[in-house]
Formats: sequence, C-alpha cells, structure tokens
Amino acid sequence: MREQSVRQFSDVTEGESLPSRTIPVTRAHLIHYAGASGDRNVIHWDERTAQAVGLPDVIAHGMWTMGAAIQLVTDWVGDAGRVLDYGTRFTKPVVVPHDGGASLEVAGTVKSLDADAQQAVVELTVTSSGEKVLGRCRATVQLD
Amino acid sequence: MAVNEDFQGRSYPPTPPFAVGREHIRDFAEAVGATDPIHHDLEAARAAGYADLVAPPTFAVIPGQRTDRQFVADPEAGVDYTRVVHGEQRFTHHRPIVAGDELRGILHIDAIRAAGGHQMVTMRSEIVDADEQPVSTSLSTIVVRGGE
Repeated sequence: MREQSVRQFSDVTEGESLPSRTIPVTRAHLIHYAGASGDRNVIHWDERTAQAVGLPDVIAHGMWTMGAAIQLVTDWVGDAGRVLDYGTRFTKPVVVPHDGGASLEVAGTVKSLDADAQQAVVELTVTSSGEKVLGRCRATVQLD
Repeated sequence: MAVNEDFQGRSYPPTPPFAVGREHIRDFAEAVGATDPIHHDLEAARAAGYADLVAPPTFAVIPGQRTDRQFVADPEAGVDYTRVVHGEQRFTHHRPIVAGDELRGILHIDAIRAAGGHQMVTMRSEIVDADEQPVSTSLSTIVVRGGE
C-alpha cells in the first residue's frame, strides 16, 4: 500500500521551495546505470578513453544525472507517474574521480502553476563541485 | 570524420518492439535512486491506479536511445560515438510507461548544425505502444565534438 498520497494542487504556492538534497555518485553508480540503461559509452567508465577524447576524467551519463535529480520532484509529488514533461540541457559534465566520487546538489522551486489543469512547473537547480551541471531543468507535474 | 548533414530531415521506419519488463524497471529505478514503491511493488502500483509497475520518468531514454541508435550507428551518418556528448534531453509523456508495454520508436532527424567546432544533432523519437498510441516523445540533442 502507498505510504504517501499525491500532493494537492491547493497546497502548492508559486515560488515555494522543495526540500533540497545531496546525491553521491561513484564509478559503481555509473557502471550500474550503464547496465540498466544500455548506454555503455566507455567515457562513462574508462578514464583513458575519456582523457583520450579530451575529457578531464570519467564523466557521469547526463541521463543518470537527469534521472537522479528528478527524484526530488517525484518524492515531493508523491507519485512518480505524475511527471508529464521533463527536459534539461547538460551544461557541464559531472566529473567522477576514481577516489571518492562526486556528488550532486539538487534544489527545486515551483516556477509556475496552472489552476485549470492542476499542474505545476518545477525548476531544478543541479550543481556538482559548485558548478551548475543541468541548465533550464524543468518538470511539469500533474497534482491532485 | 564529420556528421553527414544530408541526414537532416530524414525519418526512419518504426523499430522492432521493445518489451518493458518488471525487472528492467526495478533495476533502472535502483540505478537512478528512484524509491517510489510504484517502481518496485506491484501491489503499490495497482493501488495507485496503474496496470503494472511504473517506469521512472527518464526510463523512456532506453527505447529512445535504441531508436536514436539507427542514426548514431549508421556508418553513412559519420558519428564517432567516443566523441558524442549528450547536449539536451526532453521527454513529453503522453502516459506513463508500465511493465508489459511493447514500445516502438519512430526516429526523425530534426536538425544537424555546426556550433563552435562541434556538430549538434537533434533527434526526435516518437514512442508508441502496441496499439500505435503515443506514449512518449523523446527529444535528444547530441554534441559530436570536433577533432583537435
């Protein structure tokens, strides 16, 4: 049974902040994601290949970052099936060193509301080592 | 090697069906840290009104990238995959993907353009179910980094 219900449109205000979070990422996460997603591009797990094409080190799949960041929104909505639209630009790679990995800082704000459709647009701010890694990262969700 | 700009505007026939499995959804959800029980627990998914386990919002990238691969892996297209970086991605979900879906993707190469020594390719995959009903539209822009 569900432990939480879907967020009510009437409980949401424009400009409100979602609870922010820190998400760790290591090489092991990237290997798991490569297998689960089928994106086995070697730049996400082999540093020699990554460096040979001019990257500083192994980088996270942009899609892993995008997929991890949206959890802030789905947890807030209370139903992961309520994401109608989700888009972003991958502005900077998340460099994942062998030792210690990296982390994402994810924050979100309700950017706009549509009362007729009971939908909200949430803007996510996603940084790693102080640099913005996702740009124009926005999700439209269906509330109750 | 450069991307062949003649491919701009080209469309491809539908891909073979991609069967969405429960374990695949669970594994993908775990990989991105998606903890909503509707990805993992059939009873929870049904209690929330879904026919089966629900895929996380970015799961559509799997059928989407399989669709996109028709272009990326085409020797005539001239894409060096080790030089590919994902530039932009957007999903418009017409309904959530659930386990049991059989998805096909129809690829459209919307744009190929040069930008700062690199090339940017925008691919649109229209993902449909077994009844040819729209499920998701995946809009992906890849950056093919130029040579030194």
